[in-house]
Amino acid sequence: MTSLPMPNSAWKGRSRHAGILTLLSLLSVVAVIASLGVGASAISPGTVLRTLLHTADASPRDAAIVLHLRLPRTLLGFGLGAALAVSGAVMQGLFRNPLADPGLIGVSAGGAMAAVAVIVLGVPALLAGTVGLLALPLAAFAGSLCTTLAIQRIASDDGRTDVSTLLLAGIAINAIAGAVTGFLIFGSDDRQLRDITFWSMGSLGGATWTTVLGLAPFALGAVFAAGRWAGVLDALLLGEREAGLLGFDVEPAKRRIVIATAAAVGAGVAAAGVIGFVGLVVPHLVRLMAGAGHRLLLPASALLGGTLMLCADMLARTVVIPAELPIGLVTALLGGPFFLWLLIRQRRSFPP
Amino acid sequence: MMKPVILLAALLLLAPQVSAQTFPQTTGRIVSVGGAVTEIVAKLGLGDRLVAVDSTSLHPPEMRALPQVGYMRALSAEGVAALHPDLVLLSDNAGPPAAIEQMRGLGIPLKLIPDRPTPDGVADKIRAVGAALGRQGEAETMSRETTDRLAAVSRVVEKAAGRPRVLFLMGLGGGAPVAAGRNTAADAMIRLAGGINAIDGYDGYKPASGEAILDAAPDVLLLPTEAVDAAGGRDAVLALPQFAGTPAASSGRLVVMDTLYLLGFGPRLPDAVADLARSLHPELAQDLANDAAPRPGGLL
Repeated sequence: MTSLPMPNSAWKGRSRHAGILTLLSLLSVVAVIASLGVGASAISPGTVLRTLLHTADASPRDAAIVLHLRLPRTLLGFGLGAALAVSGAVMQGLFRNPLADPGLIGVSAGGAMAAVAVIVLGVPALLAGTVGLLALPLAAFAGSLCTTLAIQRIASDDGRTDVSTLLLAGIAINAIAGAVTGFLIFGSDDRQLRDITFWSMGSLGGATWTTVLGLAPFALGAVFAAGRWAGVLDALLLGEREAGLLGFDVEPAKRRIVIATAAAVGAGVAAAGVIGFVGLVVPHLVRLMAGAGHRLLLPASALLGGTLMLCADMLARTVVIPAELPIGLVTALLGGPFFLWLLIRQRRSFPP
Repeated sequence: MMKPVILLAALLLLAPQVSAQTFPQTTGRIVSVGGAVTEIVAKLGLGDRLVAVDSTSLHPPEMRALPQVGYMRALSAEGVAALHPDLVLLSDNAGPPAAIEQMRGLGIPLKLIPDRPTPDGVADKIRAVGAALGRQGEAETMSRETTDRLAAVSRVVEKAAGRPRVLFLMGLGGGAPVAAGRNTAADAMIRLAGGINAIDGYDGYKPASGEAILDAAPDVLLLPTEAVDAAGGRDAVLALPQFAGTPAASSGRLVVMDTLYLLGFGPRLPDAVADLARSLHPELAQDLANDAAPRPGGLL
């Protein structure tokens, strides 16, 4: 999976890159438009368009659904999908491991631990008045960041981060965070337990302009910063020492990659709960069609991640109208079998 | 795409849409969320106005045929909006809070119904639903009848010779069965029916080990219908190794009840308490039939 960039990819060159990115951009635009037009309420595409362009003669209710529910939800979904997929691609490059995903550095487990703590223990009365509904996302974000920083700290010595220690520390901290979450669940009542279950399956249903604006800086930051790391990530595929010999300043890059990923995925966990599989699968899908070079992999993953997240969300909110499925179920249920099919097909055409 | 500032301004302009609409008495479309709330709506004779309910609204049985807005803690704002409800009755246990905020933002008329698992809570629930639907009179009668009948059942239960120890288990599937501790609806029901909760060491529903169950020494096992069916019937349950050595297993005292009926704290509460009391105190069956039966001609 993480094979080196094909030697022939150089001459296939920029036009192929541009072609793939154009195709994915078009798909993204289609997904965004569809996501604004689809939902439990039947609102005609024309009405949606007029509402968006503010030539509104739509009923206030339809306008509110489009502007108040669907638009923030669509932006959140696209941003989150892009952030998760880019983070996954970056993690797989950093760890040189096709199974890496952002969960490996404790982001999801730490966020879940903090979110479950808020659900079970509640918010201190002193804070409840000021933070209100934001208590859970804020705690989840803080939990994600703190957990990742702890793992990063453990794996660093003299400013050098050892990637294999990072991985092992991540596994241990994940286990600890999981156990603390388990303890909290044990102390929860029936209703809290249900809340925890649904939160941990993810949903874009809580999207508001506040959550969108909260996620945006971290998601955009990670996506654009990742673009600057394409070179060092390509070099890291050869090995850390080799990357250093090629002139890359590997240590600060590693540190920044881990922190930016934690911030982006942490903000995503805060906004929508745990949505698995996008970070793992999307980069693999891109590699299958476009090879492993990060200059194409990163932007393509962002576009495809956002597109697939929106597709999954459209299914999640339309298959059981007027109810809604947790989106994590959809991403895993569709992504898993599709990924297996790709794997099997690829093994048949290139036997090991 | 527009600038977020313009969008935010647009949203602020849309916010005052939340107006004090009154519920149309004869034509209103109702969405009801919460098993007990739905039962009360149906009992007030407005069941035919319900256009959708949540997945905990299982009684009366025809409610199961209505469109489902999902589990009461996982509602979808657009899903509910799409039903064009004139009124959404929400148990105050409903959620998630973000979805309820979104519904408010869309101007959907919401009424939160206090939903507490106590006898007074049932009376409050009935009054709140009645007030939301403009049926204060009927609701007042119904809530008074419920309270009176509960009092009658309690008077009979007080005459009971002893207080059996009752163990309520949520289910039996795999591993330690989940048992009701203090401060649960099951605990309240056991008390009302003249029993003692065999588990008094913890709050809430938690897995209980075989030893803890033996230690609790229940005289009676109380289980939901689904759990007993899934385990293969009464005899299979009583023969389970977890219960071997408990007084309940040796005397074969297993009470099976529908979960919503037993734990729903809806308008059927007096019947549920009377049924459970009859199972716990067979000697009171006659008194319960005479003193605590529904009065003919009454609403209940």
